[in-house]
Amino acid sequence: MSENRVETNELGLTRSDYRGERSTLCPGCGHNTISAQILRACYELSIDPHRIVKFSGIGCSSKSPTYFLGQSFGFNGLHGRMPSLALGAAFADVKMKVIGVSGDGDTASIGLGQFKHLIRRNLPMVYIVENNGVYGLTKGQFSATAEKGLELKHQGENPFLPIDIVKEALVGNASFVARSFAGDPNQVRELIKAALSHHGTSVLDIISPCVSFNNREDTLHSYQWGKQHQAPLHDIAYVPTRKAIILDEFKHGETKEVILHDGSKVILKKLEREYDPTSKWHALRMIEEADVNNWLLTGLIYVNPDQPSLYDYLNLTEEPMNRIPAGKLRPSPESLVAINDNMI
Amino acid sequence: MIKDSELLSKEGGNLEESINDFCMTICTVNGSGSATANNTLLRALFHMGIPVSGKNIFPSNIKGLPTWFSIRASDKGYLGRVAHDDIIVQMNPITFKEDLIYDVPGGVVFYADHIDMPIDRDDVIVYPMPVKDLIAEADVSRDLRDYMSNMVYVGIVSQILGIGLEFINDALLRQFNKKRSVAESNFAIVKLAADWAKENLEKRDRYRVEKQEPLKDFIMTDGNTAGALGAIYGGFQFCGWYPITPATSLAESLGIFSPKLRKDPETGKHNFAIVQAEDELASIGMAVGAGWAGLRSMTSTSGPGVSLMTEYMSMAYYAEVPLVLWDVQRVGPSTGLPTRTAQCDLNLTYFLGHGDTQQLVIIPSSVNECFEFGWKAFDFAEEFQTPVIVLSDLDLGMNLWMTTRFEYPDQPINRGKILWEEGLEKFKGEWGRYLDVDGDGIPYRTVMGNISEKAPYFARGTGHDEFGNYSEDADVWQRMLNRIKLKFDTARERLPKPIFRKIEGAEIGLIAMGSTESAVIEAQDQLERKGIRTDFMRVRALPFSSEVRAFIQSHPRNYVIELNRDGQLNQILAIEYCDLTDRLISLAYIDGLPITANYIIDSISSKEDSDHE
Repeated sequence: MSENRVETNELGLTRSDYRGERSTLCPGCGHNTISAQILRACYELSIDPHRIVKFSGIGCSSKSPTYFLGQSFGFNGLHGRMPSLALGAAFADVKMKVIGVSGDGDTASIGLGQFKHLIRRNLPMVYIVENNGVYGLTKGQFSATAEKGLELKHQGENPFLPIDIVKEALVGNASFVARSFAGDPNQVRELIKAALSHHGTSVLDIISPCVSFNNREDTLHSYQWGKQHQAPLHDIAYVPTRKAIILDEFKHGETKEVILHDGSKVILKKLEREYDPTSKWHALRMIEEADVNNWLLTGLIYVNPDQPSLYDYLNLTEEPMNRIPAGKLRPSPESLVAINDNMI
Repeated sequence: MIKDSELLSKEGGNLEESINDFCMTICTVNGSGSATANNTLLRALFHMGIPVSGKNIFPSNIKGLPTWFSIRASDKGYLGRVAHDDIIVQMNPITFKEDLIYDVPGGVVFYADHIDMPIDRDDVIVYPMPVKDLIAEADVSRDLRDYMSNMVYVGIVSQILGIGLEFINDALLRQFNKKRSVAESNFAIVKLAADWAKENLEKRDRYRVEKQEPLKDFIMTDGNTAGALGAIYGGFQFCGWYPITPATSLAESLGIFSPKLRKDPETGKHNFAIVQAEDELASIGMAVGAGWAGLRSMTSTSGPGVSLMTEYMSMAYYAEVPLVLWDVQRVGPSTGLPTRTAQCDLNLTYFLGHGDTQQLVIIPSSVNECFEFGWKAFDFAEEFQTPVIVLSDLDLGMNLWMTTRFEYPDQPINRGKILWEEGLEKFKGEWGRYLDVDGDGIPYRTVMGNISEKAPYFARGTGHDEFGNYSEDADVWQRMLNRIKLKFDTARERLPKPIFRKIEGAEIGLIAMGSTESAVIEAQDQLERKGIRTDFMRVRALPFSSEVRAFIQSHPRNYVIELNRDGQLNQILAIEYCDLTDRLISLAYIDGLPITANYIIDSISSKEDSDHE
C-alpha cells in the first residue's frame, strides 16, 4: 500500500472532486471559509455532486457557488430572487439536494420578501446567508443587517436599527434556523450537514467578515468581535443515519439529540446553559437575551423536523419530473373529445 | 357603450322582420348574479344553431356598479362588437337613461317595471317586466330573490324573441353543471315569466330568432380556459402565477383541469405542479428555474405583471431558458381600466428586457387558437431555448366565444435540443452549453439530474463563453450576442406564419393581429360591398417572417388596425421595413372596448374617398 494513497469517501470520490473554480474573492474573506465547509460537508457525507444543485443571487456571496462543487449544476440568478429560481427548479427532481447561497444585501433588502415566502413554503433546501453587514461588490455601502452606529469610510454613521435574519426566520415560521460564524469552521460544517438532512428550508445565518470594508475590531461583523463575543449554544455534531454514535468528544457531558427527517441525528452537547432547540419560545427569548448581552449567539437555534414541506401539499410523482418521457405528458385524444363535448 | 356612426347610418323605424341578427345588451349591477342568466341566453341561442358571442363589460369592483353584457347574434357568423344595441334589457336604474341612447330606432327596451323612469324616446318598442311581482308570486326565498330576478328577463326575452324554452332548459343544466335541482328551480322562474309574457305582452318589434342547422363543429368557451387546456395538452409541468385580472382564470383553469387530465394512471400522482407565488417577481423566477431545470414551464399575467417580470425575462433571454409567458392584455395600471381590453403590450413584450433583448411573441386571434398556441408555445420555447410570450387580451381571454372544436395536437411534443446521458455520450465532438454546432444559433443543453460527467454547467447571464465558463472578454460577449441573434432569425420562419384572407383584385392591404380578427373580417366583407376590395393579413408572430414584407410590398396602401393609442404594430412594421413606411397607414383605436367593424369601415372609407378626390 502506498503511503501517498489519496483519501476517498464512500463514493470513491476525492476532495478535489468537490472543488470548484479558484475563488476570486478577497484573501481572508469569510465566504471562502464557508465554501470550504460546504465542500467538506458534502465530501464527508458522500453526496454525489451530480445530485446537488446550487443557486445564488447577486453579490460577493452569490459569486461563491462557482468556487465549490464544480461538478454540480448551478444557476447564478437575480438579486434577491434566488428563492423563486430555486423553488421552480427544485420541482424538476425533488430528490436532489438544493444549496442556495445569499448575502445580507441579497436576503435582507431586495430579497426579504422572497426569503420569507421561501421559508413559509418550507421548500427543502439549504439557505446560507453569508452575512457581513456591508455591500462588497459596490464597494462599501451599509446593508440592512449593519448595526446602528456602524461607521463606514464613505458612508458615515449608520442611523438605522438592523434587520436580524434569524429573528425574521423565526417569526416567519422557518423550520430550521441556525446562526454561525465563519471564524468557527467546525460548527459551520456540522450545521451544514444537519441542514442537508432537514426536510424543509434550513436557514443558516453565518457571520462572514468582509476584510475589505467591514472588519474593524469593534464592529459586529468582524473576526475580532466574533471571536471575543461568540456564545455557542452547544457543541454540535451531526451523525448520519448509517453510523453508530461513538463520538469521542461527546463521551462526557450532557447531550441532547434531534432526529431529523431522514433518520440522521444532530447531537448537541450542553455548554453553559440549558437549551432546547425544538422550542420556538426558547429560541425567541434566547436571541433577545443575546442582543441585550452583546453575544454572538451561535448554534442550532430552532428546528422542527416534522413541519410539512412544500412537496407534502402537492400530490407529486416520485420520478424526476424532468425525465418524464414526452409521451406521458400529453393526455389522450379521447380526453379532448370529452372536453369538446362538454363545451357545447 | 360608445356611440359610433352606425347609430346614424342604420335605417331607423323599419319594422321589416329581422331574423337571427341583433345585438342585445343586458344592463345590470355587478354582483347581482346576472352572469348565469346572461350565459343561459347566450348558450340557448348557440344551441339553436345561431352564431353568437358574448361580451361582458364590467367595472373593477365586487358589487354594486354598472355592468353590461352584450350578446351578438349573427346568422352570417360575425362575432365582433357592435356599438349600438337592437335590444336593451334594463335592470339598472342608474344607467337607465344613458343606455337608452344606444338603442337603434326601431329597437327594443325590456325594463324592470319597478324602475320609475321616463322613456323619452318614441322610436323604440318598450316591454315592461313585472320582476318583483313575479318573484313574489314564485315564493322565492329571501336570499335568492335578487339572483332569481335575473331569470325573469330570461323568460320574458325568450318568449318575445322566440327562444325555445327547451333550449333554455338545456342551457341551464349546462350552466349549473348538470345539478338538476338547481337548474329546475331557476327554470321554474323562467317558465313563469315566459307564461306571463305570453298572456300579457303583444309582440310589436321586428326581432326574432329561428332554429338553424346545429353548429356541430363548434364549442363555446373563453380564451383563458382554452389557453390552459392547450398548456395541459402541451405537457406543461410547472406554473408559477399571481392573481391579476384578466389573466387569473388561466392559471385557475390549469388548477381545475390538470388534476383530472395529468394524473399518472398507475400511481395516481401528478406530473405537474402549480404554485401561487407572492408576486410576479417570484412567479417568473419560479418559471425560469423550472424551465432551466428541464420542465415545461409557464406563467400567466397581464401588463403590470409583465413589467415586474422584466428582469427575469431578460435573464432568461441571456441564459437561454425556455418558458411560456401568457400576457392577457388589459388597458392600464390597476387604477387604469384594469377590466377593459386592449392590445397595448406589443411593444412592451417584443422588446421586453434590459440590454440587447428581443422576445418571441405569438398572437392568437380566436379561442381555438388560444388552445393551439397553448401547446405550441412550449415546443417553440424549447426548440429555441428562450421565453415565448403568448399575447392574448381580455376580450379573448375572459369573454365567451363560439369557436371551432379544439383539435388534438398534430405533432408530437418537441423538447428541442436537450441531451441526457446517452445523448451526451453519442454527441460528436466536444459539448459546450453555448456552442452552436448546427449553424442555426441554437446550442444543445443539459439539465440538472444528468449524471454524465460532462453535463453540469453554471448558468448565468451572457458573461460566458461557448462552454459556459465565466468571461468578460469583449470578443466572447460579441460572439454570444450575435449567436442569439442568429437563433432569433432561425425562429422567424418557424413561428406561426401570417394568415391571409384575400379578395381578387384588391389593392389595399389590411394588417391586424389577435382578437380584432372578427371585426376586420366583417369590415372586409362590408367594404367589398361598398366597392372597396381589400386583402387581409393577420400577423401571428414576431419577429416577422418573410411573407409580411411581401404582403406590404404587394399593396400600395396597408391599413394597420389595432387596439392601442400609438399604433404599436405599425411602429414595429416601420422599424423592420423602414423602406416601406410610405405604404403603412395606422388605424389605431383605444377606448377600453373591443374594436368594431364600423370603425374600420368608416376610417377606411373616408381615407379612401379623400385619396380619390
